[in-house]
Amino acid sequence: MSIKLITALMAMAPMAAQASSQYNLTQGVTDISQRVFDLHMTIFYICCAIGLIVFGAMFWAVIHHRKSKGSKPASFHENVKVEILWTVIPFVILIGMAIPATSTLIAMEDTSEADVTVLVTGSQWKWHYKYLESDVEYFSLLATQREQIENKLEKGENYLLEVDRPLVIPTGKKVRFLITSDDVIHSWWVPDFAVKKDANPGFINEAWTQVNEPGIYRGQCAELCGKDHGYMPVVVIAKSPADYESWLAEQEEIQRQAKAEEQRLLAMSMEMDELMELGERVYIGSCAACHQANGEGIPGVFPGLKGSAMVTSDMDAHIDIVVNGKSGTAMQAFGNQLSLKELAAVITYERNAWGNNTGETVQAADVNAFMNQ
Amino acid sequence: MSTVVGEMDQHDHHHAPSGISRWLFTTNHKDIGSMYLWFSFIMFLVGGSMAMVIRAELFQPGLQLVDPHFFNQMTTVHGLIMVFGAVMPAFTGLANWMIPMMIGAPDMALPRMNNWSFWILPFAFAILLASLFMEGGGPAFGWTFYAPLSTTYSSDSTALFVFSVHIMGISSIMGAINVIVTIMNMRAPGMSYMKMPLFVWTWFITAFLLIAVMPVLAGAVTMVLTDKYFGTSFFDAAGGGDPVMFQHIFWFFGHPEVYIMILPSFGIISAIIPAFSRKRLFGYASMVYATAAIAGLSFLVWAHHMFTTGMPVFAELFFMYCTMLISIPTGVKVFNWVATMWRGAMTFETPMLFALAFVILFTIGGFSGLMLAITPIDFQYHDTYFVVAHFHYVLVSGAIFSIMAAAYYWLPKWTGHMYDEKLGKLHFWASLISVNVLFFPMHFAGLAGMPRRIPDYSLAFADINQIVSIGGFAFGLSQLIFLWVVIKCVKGGEKAPAKPWEGAEGLEWTVPSPAPYHTFDTPPEVK
Repeated sequence: MSIKLITALMAMAPMAAQASSQYNLTQGVTDISQRVFDLHMTIFYICCAIGLIVFGAMFWAVIHHRKSKGSKPASFHENVKVEILWTVIPFVILIGMAIPATSTLIAMEDTSEADVTVLVTGSQWKWHYKYLESDVEYFSLLATQREQIENKLEKGENYLLEVDRPLVIPTGKKVRFLITSDDVIHSWWVPDFAVKKDANPGFINEAWTQVNEPGIYRGQCAELCGKDHGYMPVVVIAKSPADYESWLAEQEEIQRQAKAEEQRLLAMSMEMDELMELGERVYIGSCAACHQANGEGIPGVFPGLKGSAMVTSDMDAHIDIVVNGKSGTAMQAFGNQLSLKELAAVITYERNAWGNNTGETVQAADVNAFMNQ
Repeated sequence: MSTVVGEMDQHDHHHAPSGISRWLFTTNHKDIGSMYLWFSFIMFLVGGSMAMVIRAELFQPGLQLVDPHFFNQMTTVHGLIMVFGAVMPAFTGLANWMIPMMIGAPDMALPRMNNWSFWILPFAFAILLASLFMEGGGPAFGWTFYAPLSTTYSSDSTALFVFSVHIMGISSIMGAINVIVTIMNMRAPGMSYMKMPLFVWTWFITAFLLIAVMPVLAGAVTMVLTDKYFGTSFFDAAGGGDPVMFQHIFWFFGHPEVYIMILPSFGIISAIIPAFSRKRLFGYASMVYATAAIAGLSFLVWAHHMFTTGMPVFAELFFMYCTMLISIPTGVKVFNWVATMWRGAMTFETPMLFALAFVILFTIGGFSGLMLAITPIDFQYHDTYFVVAHFHYVLVSGAIFSIMAAAYYWLPKWTGHMYDEKLGKLHFWASLISVNVLFFPMHFAGLAGMPRRIPDYSLAFADINQIVSIGGFAFGLSQLIFLWVVIKCVKGGEKAPAKPWEGAEGLEWTVPSPAPYHTFDTPPEVK
């Protein structure tokens, strides 16, 4: 339900934040991003001024000092005074640039005294957000339909910049991001906050923002992270502190209920049809990026599941690799990404799709039993 | 007449083999230079056709032609080929041809090694290109091959990539040793260091950079290899390593590497601008010092490629300040070129046109470089198309334009014929316009937030990408004009005098055109 709510919100929200400029850096929505923008424009204008003088002199010479106009070459070829002058003047200009740059940088790197802390974890090819002060955590995946990417459907307004579950942060509060990765290096970037920080596996980076206005802010992964690097957007919704608190409470409640539901499901058995239907949806969302929709994978990079020995015979090994992943490869552990029901469904799907017809079903209870072994 | 015959007898006592063995076994600096130049041009077309694939896919949003995995292979191999296969061998080819003739030496100091350093290159690139056809595809982790994407998460072609880079590195190191030994030992009497043409000076300094950093690259690829296949953990935190350390090592090679690809350009431009301004180069000594200063600073700025990796703020400040400092010696060079033109008597043949375009477009790349140096704004620019625009301005309209300028400038000396000036100018104007349509709008795409290395993009970037792609196709096609000019010039054309350019200076113009197979058997006297 909350997903629908968020989707509806996203549809209604004003686009002002992104419409700022199509051809220049965004001014963004934080004090820092405004300072960064001002610095960008200052340096740009200085470069323009220098360019005007240097290219102006050059074009003057090109136009006036040409042989066809009867120009006779002068014989000067050095002038110590001039040479010292054009070494010293740029140096002074550089100092003028370095002063505001230094103070802005120091402000950007001051992550102390944060009000809210979110752990941001990148993995191929999604973001995971965990609110350290509460129990709320979830994955955030690209929400653009495959058909739009493949040009079978018209592309939506936020093509490739939309996710199923955006990060939500409060306005007017200092939000600290702890950024890390589960696999390769990613980079968490929201232009409107002027925040871009690499997510390094095994290390934690810090960044922060303080957003002044509620709104939806969009960014992307900025560091090449493999095949679907271009399909890993970041969406952040800034809400007023009161709205944020109620959202957070709602999320906590939802996650509690989901856990209770999970327990209840253990006693129930699902039909093959039901498992296959849910399984296909989960497969497309979580597995098809690598193993491909037809189950054939990409030879030499991602193994195929169609006709694979593990998928057609050894069920324990199959559950194990889906739940725990395989270290040293791109295969992630989905045990904490999917519910028991989803895990059971997707494993069933893989064992029966693309001619794998084993006829076997896997139930949530089976997965649970495996995980508790 | 008899003296000429006598000379020929002297040279031909070891009769030069003909056909393919002439090229396989040659130790002649001119033959090897020509092979380097042809090889680099072929690689330029191969790498360029990969860029065409990239631009065709990016012509419209959505996936049309290639899948993302293949797209990543294209961006990766395009980068590797252009850096190691096109720009660097082109400079080595020019060095082979011109350095002995410029310093009055009969050949390179180590001619057999010279042969070998060229002939291992085709194997290196055959391995790299063949890896594209392996199961799992070729390297797909960017030319910067950041770990762990290039280790744990890469396909098995990584081993081929590593060996191919090793061979390229060996070739470059041998080429650099040859340049240094030649310059230090084989200058004609009277040719003191401070009388050497700037092309010789800039290559001299470049060669030291190569020897300093190519082993670092070899170390980096070797660690990638052992991390992937032999269970080491240099770049894996789980085993006590650090993926960011990879980037420190890579860019400690990588930043001097970008100057390796631009310093010889400075030398070329410093030869051409005085020649067509008919006026001595302004500030020769300061040009030499500026080159040395840039080379020295290049070892202190590597981490400006890594501002977003989460360095301590003091490290960020240090690397920001050092990077900003580079603009001073670079500025000195630009000012000197403008001062050389000032009150000269300029004409605008094709080499001069390319040189003038170089000065302006390289400086634009320098400006965006200065913007990128400012750490707080680099956070916004980093890994966007703004960076792509920046380094293509310095490498394509910088390094490549200077190589074009050099080719037009010395073609009469190499072939004995004047190139077709009309076609040359057509090539210049087509390249100049298309290169700007191609790369200038990329600045806007980057500022508006388009990340680099993506096969598909949001709708806001659609217009810009379409323009960029059109510019790309036009630039690619324009280079075929160059191929035509060169072939035409090799085959025939107006006979070139020993010194076809009125204002040109240097020993290479004292020998006939085409330059005889052996030049300066007796060293000239330099006053």
